[in-house]
Amino acid sequence: MTTAIPYTVEVRPDTGLNNVKLGIWLFLASEVMLFGALFASYILLRVGAPPGTWPQGTEYLSVPLATLNTAVLISSSVTMVMAWASCIRRDFGKYRLYMGATVGFGFVFLIIKYIEYTSKFEHGWFPETNTFLAIYFTMTGLHALHVIGGMAVNAYFWLPGAKMWKTAPEQFTNRVETAGLFWHFVDLVWIFLFPVLYLL
Amino acid sequence: MTDPRDAATADRPHGHEEHPEQHDGYEAHHEELGWWRTYWFSVDHKVIGAQYAVTGLLFLLFGFGLMMLARWQLAYPGEALPLLGKILGPSRMPGGVMLPEFYNQLGAMHGTIMVFLGVVPLAVGGFGNFVVPLQIGAPDMAFPRLNMASYHAYFWGGVIMLASFFLPGGAAQSGWTSYSPLADIAPSGQTAWLVGMVFLITSSLLGALNFLTTIIQLRAPGLSFMRLPFFVWAQFVTSFLLLLAFPPLEAAAVLQLMDRLVDTSFFLPSGLVVTGQALEVSGGGSPLLWQHLFWFLAHPEVYVLILPAMGIVAEVIANNTRKPLWGYKALVYSVLGIGFLSFVVWAHHMFLTGMGTVMNAFFQTTTMIISIPSVVILTALILSLWGASLRFNTPMLFALAFLPMFGIGGLTGLPLGLSAADIHLHDTNYVIGHFHYVVAPGTLFALMAGVYYWFPKATGRHLSERLGKLHFWPSLIFMNGIFFPMLIQGLAGMNRRMYDGGVTYRHNQDVLWLNEVMSISAWGLGLAQLPFIVNFFWSLAKGRKSAENPWRATTLEWATPSPPPHGNFLTPPAVYRGPYEYSVPGMDEDYLPQFAPGGPPDEPDAYHEEPATVPAE
Repeated sequence: MTTAIPYTVEVRPDTGLNNVKLGIWLFLASEVMLFGALFASYILLRVGAPPGTWPQGTEYLSVPLATLNTAVLISSSVTMVMAWASCIRRDFGKYRLYMGATVGFGFVFLIIKYIEYTSKFEHGWFPETNTFLAIYFTMTGLHALHVIGGMAVNAYFWLPGAKMWKTAPEQFTNRVETAGLFWHFVDLVWIFLFPVLYLL
Repeated sequence: MTDPRDAATADRPHGHEEHPEQHDGYEAHHEELGWWRTYWFSVDHKVIGAQYAVTGLLFLLFGFGLMMLARWQLAYPGEALPLLGKILGPSRMPGGVMLPEFYNQLGAMHGTIMVFLGVVPLAVGGFGNFVVPLQIGAPDMAFPRLNMASYHAYFWGGVIMLASFFLPGGAAQSGWTSYSPLADIAPSGQTAWLVGMVFLITSSLLGALNFLTTIIQLRAPGLSFMRLPFFVWAQFVTSFLLLLAFPPLEAAAVLQLMDRLVDTSFFLPSGLVVTGQALEVSGGGSPLLWQHLFWFLAHPEVYVLILPAMGIVAEVIANNTRKPLWGYKALVYSVLGIGFLSFVVWAHHMFLTGMGTVMNAFFQTTTMIISIPSVVILTALILSLWGASLRFNTPMLFALAFLPMFGIGGLTGLPLGLSAADIHLHDTNYVIGHFHYVVAPGTLFALMAGVYYWFPKATGRHLSERLGKLHFWPSLIFMNGIFFPMLIQGLAGMNRRMYDGGVTYRHNQDVLWLNEVMSISAWGLGLAQLPFIVNFFWSLAKGRKSAENPWRATTLEWATPSPPPHGNFLTPPAVYRGPYEYSVPGMDEDYLPQFAPGGPPDEPDAYHEEPATVPAE
């Protein structure tokens, strides 16, 4: 409200951070613990399975589709950085373009994920089929929720939230950077999910 | 000495010199907000702190009520409970006699409510929110709207937990630990428990990152880390624990929800038979996985329960001994050490699961190591009393009682941490006695000390000392009446969670009579809270008016009017020295606040050797 909180935009000299950047890094630390716990569960379940019963990812999953999705997400991370860089250069037209591309790549990722899921269901493969599919659907599902969340934030800064550009460009740049840090994290989680679930 | 404000005014957006009228602006703006935005959708950390504290206290009362009810069944197994038995109805207490399922609900929800809805919200959400920004000289939390969201997530999590009592089959009944496979196949109350936990975890996460950002970023000029009050340090470490330990429980809750809702088998082993029928699931899961994920949260959670309490006790003891805390640096390093170590002791809850002697040996070792910093903290607090002329006001009584009570709780934990001794003691009432000594006459007493200590700051009025003592002494006696017999029963081998109080076991016969003693003590403890409830509301309206610094304390929250205005400080505060400069030689007053300019230079221990001169300045 009207209470002036210091260091929301400007950097505190002795810590070298503003509040928002510290906040998002702490949030990402907790996200690491969330996905870390799921990866640890994956390891424990796989190690604990009777020998020979844990399936290869390729028995159920499509590596070409996942490779395509990896490329899509990495591209979206690149456009995200470009969007932020455009903010720093105060080039609003380019920002709109790159941020739109980031959101668009997110959509492409979800569409491909949807195709993957439906093809599993058509084969009669569901989470209750076996523990491998269970952890596959849980981890990729939670990741997809994060993609949707990141897209919602990015879409907000792309269209309605972008009017802040005129009033407080520096704060707006910070917000884009913060959204970008989250988006890169979502990307990074996928970089781990892809080999663990599809290739190993 | 130099004014720390000089170096920092350039960085602070509002030096008070430029904006003398600023606070009138706050007040004017404050008036415009309606009731809803002032008291319900508030973004002011003081209001949110009060929301947390009041909600937390109500949940503590409710959770205690559940156990007062369960203790009827333990003292008089199978006997009809007059009056209340009728009200609770035939699905819970047909003919006034408690059903085993309802008894299990009472136990599970007592634990859940006391830990997640009572103590943590009061200790972290309540005291943390109200006191931390004031003690570091900040205008508010770093993210005020996130702070509001955190309270509302907590509130709705609590509503879901309470509503689960009215689901078919009742609330969660697999213990507060929700062990699988029992919890996987329990009635729908367990699903509500998991959803409620997701809300509570979200609340803790938002709160924790807010506290950490606030403490790191919004400290007043001159307030370096080693000048922070110990309470702020305790909240700092607590927030790290909440931030990093809760997400694995969230992952576990997601997995258990999957098990319950879409029939996966994360926690269900192959070949499970329930009531004579093979369970139709794919199997291949691991019940131990749940225990690992749960205790990875729940052991750091134990320290979430105790660290803020230690922080409060440190503040109250320093204030009422009129001496600096003994070993401030040792306290700080110990609390940091506890924070790190608390992440590597979780499996000492699982010695008897068959996870293997190597694992047991590892976790037994880390458990023994973590007791060292805990003992350092307790010892430093006890040594702080040495040679002091104590002021025995109500906050101090609660803080003093904390020391031996937490001592008993801590020392009785050592045999449990040894995997050989644990074979006998595991899952007995001894365990219940041990952790209740830590959390009930330990943490809860410290929280009460905090309520009596900061009530004048929060409301502008003092709680009554007479009623406070009437609250303290019976509480102390009855607490011990409840929990000490548990240690005796447990050593005799009586198991915990017995629906009939353990009457059918031969080895329990000699200690069965204690059940009635404990139950009567529990009901007595309930009565002993009446003076507090009366005191709270009476003092809110008619209590003695409080000055700005009624306890003659040194930390920053006392540098502002009681209650503090919107925006907290009338002029931006600055800090000149460490937090506990009591009885500084050569001074007229027996306390030298952090925020007072002048006074002897801030060289550690230098002025304790020779009489200091007060610079004229």
